Amino acid sequence: MPNAIPEDSVGIVEPQIARFDTPLELACGRTLDSYELIYETYGTLNAERSNAVLICHALSGTHHAAGYHSMDDRKPGWWDAYIGPGKCIDTNQFFVVCLNNLGGCNGSTGPTSTNPATGQCYGPDFPVMTVPDWVESQLRLSDYLGIDVWAAIIGGSLGGMQALQWSINHPERMRNTAVIAAAPRLTAQNIAFNEVARQAIMSDPDFHEGRYAQHNTIPRQGLRLARMVGHITYLSEDAMGSKFGRDLRSEKINFGYDVEFQVESYLRYQGDTFSESFDANTYLLMTKALDYYDPAADFGGDLSKAMEQAKSNFLLISFSTDWRFSPARSQEIVNALTEAGKNVSYTCVESPHGHDAFLIPNEHYQGVFSAFMQRAAQPVGGDV
Amino acid sequence: MSLNRPDLKIIQQWVKPNDKVLDLGCGNGELLHYLQQTKQVHGYGLEIDPDKITTCIGKGVNVIQQNLDAGLTNFKDQSYDLVVMTQALQALRRPDMMLEEMLRVGKECIVTFPNFAYWRCRFYLALKGEMPVSKSLPHTWYDTPNIHLSTFRDFEQLCKDRRFTILDRAVGNSEHETHLASKMWPNLFGELAIYRVTR
Repeated sequence: MPNAIPEDSVGIVEPQIARFDTPLELACGRTLDSYELIYETYGTLNAERSNAVLICHALSGTHHAAGYHSMDDRKPGWWDAYIGPGKCIDTNQFFVVCLNNLGGCNGSTGPTSTNPATGQCYGPDFPVMTVPDWVESQLRLSDYLGIDVWAAIIGGSLGGMQALQWSINHPERMRNTAVIAAAPRLTAQNIAFNEVARQAIMSDPDFHEGRYAQHNTIPRQGLRLARMVGHITYLSEDAMGSKFGRDLRSEKINFGYDVEFQVESYLRYQGDTFSESFDANTYLLMTKALDYYDPAADFGGDLSKAMEQAKSNFLLISFSTDWRFSPARSQEIVNALTEAGKNVSYTCVESPHGHDAFLIPNEHYQGVFSAFMQRAAQPVGGDV
Repeated sequence: MSLNRPDLKIIQQWVKPNDKVLDLGCGNGELLHYLQQTKQVHGYGLEIDPDKITTCIGKGVNVIQQNLDAGLTNFKDQSYDLVVMTQALQALRRPDMMLEEMLRVGKECIVTFPNFAYWRCRFYLALKGEMPVSKSLPHTWYDTPNIHLSTFRDFEQLCKDRRFTILDRAVGNSEHETHLASKMWPNLFGELAIYRVTR
């Protein structure tokens, strides 16, 4: 809990809900007749409506990107280090929007919402979402908010994939794109990690084929394991080594199977907190959206052809120790963009924090990001 | 809008409007920024220094973090009108291979490098018996990034060996001056070598 709201914080924020009654056709062939999106905004939309920035969240992210919901909050929003007055995404200049994606479990329509057809929660019957589906739902949110052109669309990891998809599908609706710690599609190894996570959830006896709500339970063990595996891939070997090493919780080894090493304790804690706060069906759905992501597929597998659609300026950022989406994966996107002759800048930030580095303050990362956003803040057509 | 560095002033005259340009070791993006504003070129700078990358982005110059010693394998054959490298050739592991790469990716290339046969260098080495330190070569021998120093004559020999055609040659000077002597005898009086080359 903050004793006082820090000066560079957006302060106390309140989520809002937008309701949509126009059916949304999904990639899987099914349709969502009506749905709600929960979102937060920070900063003020200017009279020209030209200073809006959309933040797309990652696998377990939410609409709560910055600020606090109450003075009792232990932590601010997930990207508070980068959004606020004077920060990279400067709320003195920008009107920032962040939503919870469809299929999420934080207030937007998803597996935990009531299915109007049955009167019960959707559970496993909620359609599998794709990144392009999310982009279409976000486009409707843009119309709802009266934003014709976003000054920038930004995301890290799975959020970066949404930003990239936006630039291909709706180039006329955005001026700048920042794709951070992302990849143009998953590798077999990435998919394999996701499958282990899914199997952990689905093989939990409390999973009940996704209908755990009807059994008044949650697949706690499965979610816990899924998060533990995921978490290993978000950190680098060095980060884990320097944080925990081979430190023991007690003074000596016990020749048993209880928690002995600090790293075990940490992973269990991460798993425990996550399993109480995140919905298992949402987790399955989000990992599938990752697995299916492949914007080049619509262009004969040629990513540069896909990027020819884009009109925005791009910033690509990767992190030196990220092995989930390594710098080489960002470089693939950069190559496609240069081949297509688009405006793009790229940097690989030195950081020991692995994939999670995109959430953590870092001087070079902030410098580059701020420089890009300052350009994005300039009036349309203005160039020095 | 003007350029500060004397070699860039000469180079910009050789750039055609709307050229696609790749600037290797683009530094703070001075050249590309100038060319974007005055000749509407489209291009990218490659740079490895994080602070310089930030400066480029702030100027609206496209910059890509890349180690030049790893080559230009991410760029296709003949995909640029011009590939420029100012005062970086001598710091690469294999300048000859980089020139081959530059002419694979670009239809033409421009390189500039300090001339080690400049009279002040010769004087320094001959009289002092020490490796020359000057404005254009400010480092000491043990911490210099310049590991492949050469001269006008050396460079022209390399072009001859590899069958590169020299389209233009100019002489640069750190004092922003052009002496008649440096035009007549560049290898002795030219401080900075500037070449435009094609295959």
